[in-house]
Amino acid sequence: MTIVKAENVGKFYETGTVTVQALKDVSFSIEAGTITSFIGPSGSGKTTLLNLIGCLDKPSSGRLDVGGSNVLALDRTNSAKFRGGNIGFIFQDFNLVPILTVYENVEYPLVMVRDTPAAERRKLVLNLLEAVEMADQSEKYPDQISGGQKQRVAIARALVTSPKLVLADEPTANLDHKTAYMILSLMKKMRDELSTTFIFSTHDPKIVGEAECIYTIEDGILTGQQEKGAANHA
Amino acid sequence: MLEIIKIAARNLMRYKRRTLLVGALIALGVIAVQVFMAASGSYKSLIVGQITDAMLGQMQIHKKGYVVSIENVPMNLNMMPHGVGIIEDILKGIPEVEAYSTRIRLGGVISNFTETTNLRLYGIDPEKEFKTVPLLQKRIMEGSSELRRGQILVPQFLAKGLNITVGAPVVIIATNKDGSVNGQQFIVGGIVESAPGPGGRDGYIHITDAAELLRMEEPEVSEIAVHVKDFNRLDQVFEQLTERLNKEKNTKGMPKFELHTWEKLSPFANIAKMIDLMTVFIRIMLIAIVLISIMDVMIMSVYERTREIGTLAAIGTLPGRILAMFIVEGGLLGLFGVLAGTILSVVAVNAIRVSHYTFSFGMKEGFVLSPHMTPKDVVVVSLVVIVVSILGSLHPAYKASRLEPIKALKSV
Repeated sequence: MTIVKAENVGKFYETGTVTVQALKDVSFSIEAGTITSFIGPSGSGKTTLLNLIGCLDKPSSGRLDVGGSNVLALDRTNSAKFRGGNIGFIFQDFNLVPILTVYENVEYPLVMVRDTPAAERRKLVLNLLEAVEMADQSEKYPDQISGGQKQRVAIARALVTSPKLVLADEPTANLDHKTAYMILSLMKKMRDELSTTFIFSTHDPKIVGEAECIYTIEDGILTGQQEKGAANHA
Repeated sequence: MLEIIKIAARNLMRYKRRTLLVGALIALGVIAVQVFMAASGSYKSLIVGQITDAMLGQMQIHKKGYVVSIENVPMNLNMMPHGVGIIEDILKGIPEVEAYSTRIRLGGVISNFTETTNLRLYGIDPEKEFKTVPLLQKRIMEGSSELRRGQILVPQFLAKGLNITVGAPVVIIATNKDGSVNGQQFIVGGIVESAPGPGGRDGYIHITDAAELLRMEEPEVSEIAVHVKDFNRLDQVFEQLTERLNKEKNTKGMPKFELHTWEKLSPFANIAKMIDLMTVFIRIMLIAIVLISIMDVMIMSVYERTREIGTLAAIGTLPGRILAMFIVEGGLLGLFGVLAGTILSVVAVNAIRVSHYTFSFGMKEGFVLSPHMTPKDVVVVSLVVIVVSILGSLHPAYKASRLEPIKALKSV
C-alpha cells in the first residue's frame, strides 16, 4: 500500500524579488511499512521534501498525497489534526520541551493531541521509555540529560502515538554509534511490529545502509532511486 | 485543561525573575487600588455618617419647591398638618424606615442682651430627632444632652462669639410667615458643636417653641428627616418612598412633595463623588498596568518560544490549544499578582487600622481612619485583574496559535 505519493511536486520560496526553487517536479512513491532514506548534499531539498510530507508546508505545484490525503486540501487546523493522528517527527535538534520532564515530553502528544486516558498513557509512555532505555531518567528535565538521551526521548515521543509515518531529519547526526544502532533497531522493530513507515533525510551511512529505498536529491531534483539490492537512476 | 494549566504554570516558573517582576507590578497595582478603596471608603462612610447621622438625616421630605430656595427658609412652603399626616402614614408603611423627625426651619436673630447675631434654627421633636440623627446628642459639647421646652442648643461658634454659657438667657427674634417680628426668651440648654460648612450656624429649639415663636396657627412642618435601617439600601428605600409620595398630587396635578437623599442636600456629596471618581481613575490605572505588563511579557514569551511553539504545532497540537496555553499563562500571571496583592493589601489595611490614623472633619478632630476591604471589592478587583490579564494575553496567544510550524521551527 502506498503511503506517500508525489507527482511533479515543486516548491519555491520568494525572498524579496528572488525566487528560490527548492524542489522541481519531484515524483516518487513510498510503500507503507518501509524505511526510506533521502540523501543528498546540504541545501539539496531533503528537509523541504520532509516538511512537505509532514504537512508542515505545502507544495507550490504538483500533487502530494500522504496517507491517502491530498495535503494541499488541508487547512491549518486539519493539517494539525492530520499530523497528530498520522505522523511522528524526530528533529535533528531533538526539540524537547524544556519545562517538561522526560516522561512528560513523551506523554505530551497523548495528552495534548490524542486525549488518551491516563492509565493507557502511562502504560504506553513507560513501554517506550523502557524501549529507548530511558525509564530510569523519566523524572529528569531535558537540560539534565545528554544529547543521545535527548534524541532517544525525541524518538519515544515520535513513536508514542503509534503513527503510520515517522519523519526524521538527520536523526542520528548527534548520536554515538551505539545509540544510533540502538535507535535504528528500535525503528526496525516498530516497522516490523506495527508496519510503521520511516522516512529519513540523512548523510549517515548507518541509516542509509538500513533503508530499503534510497532517493538521491540534488539541487531540488530527484536524481536517483535505489532499492535494496538494485539501483535505478531517474 | 489541567495539563494546560500545568504547562502554563511551568512556563511561568521557567522565567522566575520576569514572573516575579510582573507579578510584583500587578500586586503593587492591586495594593494601591485595595488600600485606596478601603481608606477612602472608610473616610467617606465616616464623613457621610457624620453628615447624615449628626445633622441632615439620610433623606428629607419637603413640600415641592422648598429645596430650591432652602437657603431663604421659605415658610410659605411649609407642610400643613394634613400633608404631614399623609407622609407619616407612608413612612409608617415602609418597614425599612427606622425613624423620622418633623422639623421647622427658621432664620432668626439671637441676642445675649448686649450683642446680637443671626442664626438658623431647627425646631425639633427631641425624641424623634435623636432617633433620626443619632449622633446629634454626641455633638452637644456642654450642658444637657436633652432639649427641653424653653431651651436652646446654641452652635459653638455663636456661643463663643457672644460669650454665651449654659444656663444663660438669650432672646430669639424671628419673622413669621406674614412678616411680623416675634421674640421669645430661651435658656441656653447646651452648646452644640458647629457643623462643618453652611450648617455651622444651626441651633436647635423644641418644635413646639418654634411654632409658638413663629405664631403658627396650626403645627406646620418645614421638612421631615428620615433614617433607614440599612444605609446600604438607601437607594431602594428612596425609590420606594418617591413612588408613594409622587402619588400625592397638588391642585395642578403635580407631585405635592419632594424627597432628597443627603447627596442632594450636602456639598460634601461632591467630595464623595470626587473620591468615587478617583477610585475609578486608580482602577483604570490598574487595568493599564496589568494590560501593558501582561501583554509585554506574553509577547516576549511568544518571541522567545517560537521554536518551541513550532515543535508543539508540528507534533499536532491544535491552534486552539496553543491559544489556550498562552491565555492561561497570562491569566495565571494575573492570578499570581492578584493573590499576592490581595494578601499584602490585607496586611497594609490592617496596619493602617492598628496605627489608629486620625483626621479632622470641620471642627471635629480625632476621626479614626478604619479602612476595611469588603469581599465584594476583593472579588471585583480580582476579576478585573484576571479578565484584563486574559485580554492582555489574547493578542500574543493568537499570534502564537497562527505561527506557521515550518517558520517557527526555523526560528533560532
